[in-house]
Amino acid sequence: MSHPAIELKHISQTFKRDEQSVVALDNVSLSIQEKEFIVLLGASGCGKTTLLKIMAGIIEPSAGEVTIQNQALWLNQQRNNQALDQLGVVFQDANLFPWLSIEENVALPLKLKGIAKAERLDRARELCQLVGIAGFEKRWPNELSGGMRQRASIARALSCNPKILLMDEPFGALDAMTRDQMNLEVQRIWLQTQCTVVLVTHAITEAVFLADRVFLLSPRPGKIDTVIDVGLERPRDLYVQSTPDFQSAVLNLRQRLDHIAQR
Amino acid sequence: MKTFLKEHANWITTPVLFAGMLAAWHFYVVAFSVSAMILPSPFEVFNALIKILSEARTLGHVWITFYETVMGFLVALVVGVILGAMLGKIQWLERTLNPFIVALQVMPKVALVPLFIVWFGFGPTSKIIMSAVLAFFPIMSNTILGIKSVDRGHRELMVSLNASPWRTLIELELPSALPYLLTGAEIGIVLSIIGAIVGEYLGGSQGLGHMAVATMNAFDVQAMFAVIFLLTFMGFLLYFIVVSARQFITPWHAAVQNKP
Repeated sequence: MSHPAIELKHISQTFKRDEQSVVALDNVSLSIQEKEFIVLLGASGCGKTTLLKIMAGIIEPSAGEVTIQNQALWLNQQRNNQALDQLGVVFQDANLFPWLSIEENVALPLKLKGIAKAERLDRARELCQLVGIAGFEKRWPNELSGGMRQRASIARALSCNPKILLMDEPFGALDAMTRDQMNLEVQRIWLQTQCTVVLVTHAITEAVFLADRVFLLSPRPGKIDTVIDVGLERPRDLYVQSTPDFQSAVLNLRQRLDHIAQR
Repeated sequence: MKTFLKEHANWITTPVLFAGMLAAWHFYVVAFSVSAMILPSPFEVFNALIKILSEARTLGHVWITFYETVMGFLVALVVGVILGAMLGKIQWLERTLNPFIVALQVMPKVALVPLFIVWFGFGPTSKIIMSAVLAFFPIMSNTILGIKSVDRGHRELMVSLNASPWRTLIELELPSALPYLLTGAEIGIVLSIIGAIVGEYLGGSQGLGHMAVATMNAFDVQAMFAVIFLLTFMGFLLYFIVVSARQFITPWHAAVQNKP
């Protein structure tokens, strides 16, 4: 039995806002296996993005432990580089630097690691190929569509060969058709790179379409309400959405969410 | 053709307006027979310009003023960017130094020129320092603003990549602050010209500022106007260089790309 890819133990997070402390997450524990595709689902304000940022080491939790590939993410309030190296993060906005070309943006994490220019740009071109933006390597970010920018940001997250890809509502700003396309792409990239993915979304169908397991979060304070296994065959195509298994999973989550909302 | 005219109409309208202003000036001088001691006509100024340009020492004065301005500007740029980056990044330092910086700014710095002359002599050094002191502030405050305006998502990315503060400065904050910094530099270059000239006005025997005073004292008003024309031309040129730098330094920025 291999160790889990991500393990959270008793994570709590409180924010101070106007002299009041708000509990964003309350005693969340979870374990994610290697090569799993996990979706964190919940209404806005339920703490799912906070949870992802805690996994990414962007926020240090007020309490609890984060373990990435068997290594503590925080050591004496310092980020542990060895754990961080296992992670690639995709944000809600592509967050590409407008003064860098697409390939330079994709190669940025490698640059920070001190990898030589020729080598890192080679790698960036490979990754552009992988995410389907070959031919746009020399362009500036503002010359690309939203979907293509997000592809570039996925390529950047993959540049250091992470074992784990963390995605925070990556397609929230895209139109529905592009979004479907990007979901297929994420599945393909996930199958191809064999990494573990944790994706945050508030779209139920997106969650069921992508996930091996859906973690449903309930708000105030944020905690895991339900975990649902999605046993659908891989690779899934968009037509899977019309199967009874898919629809019953969606219905199940919908009812659970309604229940949470009425509480 | 129509869009071409619309885009390039300023190449016609601006010179026409300029010619119109010269004509009005000339007409006023002639119609009211204004004494050349009060306001010389444009032709007289032009003749004086040709005359002073034919004198070898004029070029020496031009060079001195140019040198003082550019050196002062460069000193202001280096000090302004370094200090601006530090104050933008280190909040307690900014809060500590802020009262001093504001005090330095509201102080009428031109009044310091005699002091600078006592400290640094009648040569170019005192003018370079005056010029740098004037140009430094807009460069620094724009750099601070630029570093504070860095996109939050971009910062989070650098945090997730565990970038050190130094790498964050080099890879993110400085490039991101460049458009602001250039705005500071545009204001700064104008002020550094003023600094150099005011310095020359009040002390020393070199530069166009001194030349303006000397011609005035000699009641050679035409020549003084010609000197002012030279100063304006030099300022124009330097400002144009700094403004044009934007296209080369930040070609990715909306201010460059969204040209109307």
